[in-house]
Amino acid sequence: MSTTLILIQVLNGLQLGVILFLIAAGLTLVFGVMGFINLAHGVQYMVGAYLAYWGYGVTGSFVLALLMALPLALVMGLILEFLIFRHLYDRDHLSQVLATFGVILFLNQLAKVVFGPASLSVPPPAFLDFSFTLVDGLLYPAYRIAVIVAGLLVAFVLWLVITRTRIGMLIRAGATNPDMVSALGVNVRLLFMVVFGFGAMLAGFAGVMAAPIFSVEPGMGDNLLIVAFVVIIIGGAGSIRGAFVAALLVGLVDTLGRTLVTDGLRLIMDASAANQIGPAIASMLIYVLMALVLFWRPEGLFAARAAR
Amino acid sequence: MSGAPQATAAATARPRSAFLVAGVIFAALALVPFIAEVAGGAYLTSLAVRAMILAIVAISLDLLMGHGGLVSFGHSAFVAIGAYCAGIMLTEGIYEIAVILPVAIGAAALFALASGAVCLRTSGVSFIMITLAFGQMVYFALGSLAQYGADDGLTLWSAPDALGTKWLASKTGVYVTVLIALIGAWALVHRITGSRFGRVLRAARQNPARVASMGYSVFRYRLTAYAIAAMIAAVAGVLWAVHASFVSPSLGSWQRSGDLIVMVVLGGMATRNGALIGALFFIVIEEVLSSITHDWRLIFGPLLILIALYARGGLVGLLDRIQGDRT
Amino acid sequence: MNKLALTLASSLLGLASMATAEVKVGMIVTLSGPPAALGQQVVDGFQLAIDDLDGKLGGQAATVIVEDDELKPEVALSKANSLVESEQADFVVGTVFSNMLQAVFRPVTESETFLISPNAGPSTFAGRNCNPYFFVTSYQNNQNAEVMGAHAQAAGFKKVFMIAPNYQAGRDNMEGFRMHYEGEIVDEVYVPLGHQDYSAEIARIATSGADAVFAFTPGGMGVRFVRQFRDSGLADKVQFMSVFTTDETTLPAQKDAAEGFLAAGNWAPDTATDESTAFVAAFEAKYGYVPGGYAMQAYDAAMLINSAVEAVGGDLSDKDAVRAALKAAEFTSLRGDFAFNTNHYPIQDFYQLSVTEREDGAWVTSVGEKIFEGYEDSFAAECSM
Repeated sequence: MSTTLILIQVLNGLQLGVILFLIAAGLTLVFGVMGFINLAHGVQYMVGAYLAYWGYGVTGSFVLALLMALPLALVMGLILEFLIFRHLYDRDHLSQVLATFGVILFLNQLAKVVFGPASLSVPPPAFLDFSFTLVDGLLYPAYRIAVIVAGLLVAFVLWLVITRTRIGMLIRAGATNPDMVSALGVNVRLLFMVVFGFGAMLAGFAGVMAAPIFSVEPGMGDNLLIVAFVVIIIGGAGSIRGAFVAALLVGLVDTLGRTLVTDGLRLIMDASAANQIGPAIASMLIYVLMALVLFWRPEGLFAARAAR
Repeated sequence: MSGAPQATAAATARPRSAFLVAGVIFAALALVPFIAEVAGGAYLTSLAVRAMILAIVAISLDLLMGHGGLVSFGHSAFVAIGAYCAGIMLTEGIYEIAVILPVAIGAAALFALASGAVCLRTSGVSFIMITLAFGQMVYFALGSLAQYGADDGLTLWSAPDALGTKWLASKTGVYVTVLIALIGAWALVHRITGSRFGRVLRAARQNPARVASMGYSVFRYRLTAYAIAAMIAAVAGVLWAVHASFVSPSLGSWQRSGDLIVMVVLGGMATRNGALIGALFFIVIEEVLSSITHDWRLIFGPLLILIALYARGGLVGLLDRIQGDRT
Repeated sequence: MNKLALTLASSLLGLASMATAEVKVGMIVTLSGPPAALGQQVVDGFQLAIDDLDGKLGGQAATVIVEDDELKPEVALSKANSLVESEQADFVVGTVFSNMLQAVFRPVTESETFLISPNAGPSTFAGRNCNPYFFVTSYQNNQNAEVMGAHAQAAGFKKVFMIAPNYQAGRDNMEGFRMHYEGEIVDEVYVPLGHQDYSAEIARIATSGADAVFAFTPGGMGVRFVRQFRDSGLADKVQFMSVFTTDETTLPAQKDAAEGFLAAGNWAPDTATDESTAFVAAFEAKYGYVPGGYAMQAYDAAMLINSAVEAVGGDLSDKDAVRAALKAAEFTSLRGDFAFNTNHYPIQDFYQLSVTEREDGAWVTSVGEKIFEGYEDSFAAECSM
């Protein structure tokens, strides 16, 4: 296990973490501010990826596709909010689960009907279509570096907005005590709409960014959704900072864990047993991490408020 | 959680019409094999068995969710544990159901007590996620059992013996057993929720601090409910193994746990028949729609959304409103 | 739609339906989720054969009912019961995936209905549990990997890095590769099914000193792994060999990223028999995409059924006669030589395949060197039939 390999894996873990952050950020905002469990966040990520595919097909340019996809993802989010979600803010979490589950079923199926079931690909933008040499023979695509940079930029902008602007203050207040915010005369409905739309756009953006790396297929958001929930639980609902730290942590644990667990097991048992048990344990690692965090700090690392 | 006052009211009010509804459903299920002789055959009875087994699990989950306020996103793991206990024992040559059942129930109880002790330290969304985590662990663990089929699952070549007889080797035998198990599970949960245990559980859902101050150990009541629900689910798992002659790790996947939650909410939580109706409705609609088109989720998804938006208290709530408020 | 009404009607007309000679085939394939592409190929391939036979099988009018198993065992079971009991299917063609096959195996075979698999060929039913009602027109799951291993050995690759998803088929394929490959396996990595990001695994490949990689990463996994592998620049240093990773369902997305990658199989769209060339042309004309092995095997399944029904003169009531007719496999397979082994799995030729671009710009696999002739699977000896 060379240091070069470890370093590369750290880079990979960070990159996975950044994509997780982009997805988790919108999710934690919506859950933290509105107390709304949005299971459909995963399909909003998928919608972003499909919009990128469609936009690329129409314009032939990744950048143009991105610029087209973002407002469309926003519109999509607002439509869902207007038609369905706004009626559910006052309802219990489980009605929200039922409705968002229905949205997932519908949109996944719609994606299959419109675009077909096969995995589709979107090429990265031409100006990023080169690679850096990490070690002799191993290249790291510039596009992935760009994703890391984009993610960090988004994190920075979000931090600015949340801590330095009025709307950010309202969001923080709403995450801490929504009733009080409403009682103070703030148009909470409008605030919710803004938060939700923005969250949907973030998810869509994550989808567009991920499309050239991962493939675009129906249901691509479902497994990532679960991991995103793990991230916001570890980070603390409503906290962008928490989502950032937790996402990077989860990305690193998952990537490094996969590399190290099987190798570690090979030291104590024979190779075939290690190959059998290792991957199973590696898959469980992020859940074990979550369980540990919940044990030590049930509200998450950077909770906006005490456990609901 | 809003919706709770309605739920408690429904749980205690109008017991007679609830019994009637349940009675009608059980009678209809009992008639299915006879209808199947004329039309539908093994397809119809197989569908009914599958729906009944899921209803058993849904009923057990409602005990946790509706009455206990504990939304478990890993409940299907107990079904998988029960199914695999049966599957492994049948593969290894232990055929007697009177041995298999206690082992399956015991294994589920053990895992429930161990995982529950950890999970019940949290609440709300954290509880949901940590039950998911344990569910995933079971799923991955079962999937790594290479000698028992791993992810592909395990085909079971022999049916279990029922106290030495071949009762469970016949389709009729399985059907009757599952129906009796369903009625039994329904009655058991009905008794539990109507008893003092059930009242303490519901009170703890609404105001745990108050209940604790009255001297009850909320943790212990919840852990007991968690274990009971797990054991019922494990029985359903054993029944599934017998019915399908096949077990696979997907029985314990988070998607399956999610389906269960949807069934219970759909039917109406903490009502006498909500879980039962929810599970049956879910399966029947799925079958009916999928025979019309392969893209049936385009219809099913919006249906769920409409029910979530407009049918408060789920299908049972809808039924009550159609019947008119006679309280 | 109403199954109940339909079955009621068909039961009442039961006697009548015996008189009007008709062959009913029920298909259980995966048409949900990303693997739906494979299920679609199977359906399309089978349907093309029916069209080529003027809507008949063995001279009798043919009805084909397609069911989606949704990659869920309980749904597969339910659909199997529906096809066998309600629809009274004479033949069941399915499934795409081995775990789905496990779920439907007993209900279909125990109802004395012939189950013909156009793709899944698990070892479970090739040995001890072989069944008189079960036939496979594809291959035994390990075989393609075995062929790849043999080629790797012959081509002189010294160090191979293996990667597969962590499920039974993954392990079977890795085991299959080892059968004929005698060089060093530097690492054997199992990733979760549906894994998205292979940068960690690719880093390991780069630092392992391997001169070749053997991958089994089907479907979307293959699309991602191939593209990421190419982007990492390793493709020039490490030969990419795989099974079910670069096929006609994934190549439309992989395109030039898979150029020159090697695979193994029993057929490719440019297989040079007359029937195959006609098949590929007709398929592309009708469906607008390139057929892969899945479609080819489904077409063969239809032709197999056709030959059997014809041989028994349309009378499907004598199961032993139908079985004998199926075993004889008196049809021209699109892949060339084809015969059934004692366990009803095929004996066929296997080739090394490589990924190339056709003149019309489509990316396809192309037949290379023949590795094995008349290759049998390794489990047939355990079958007592």
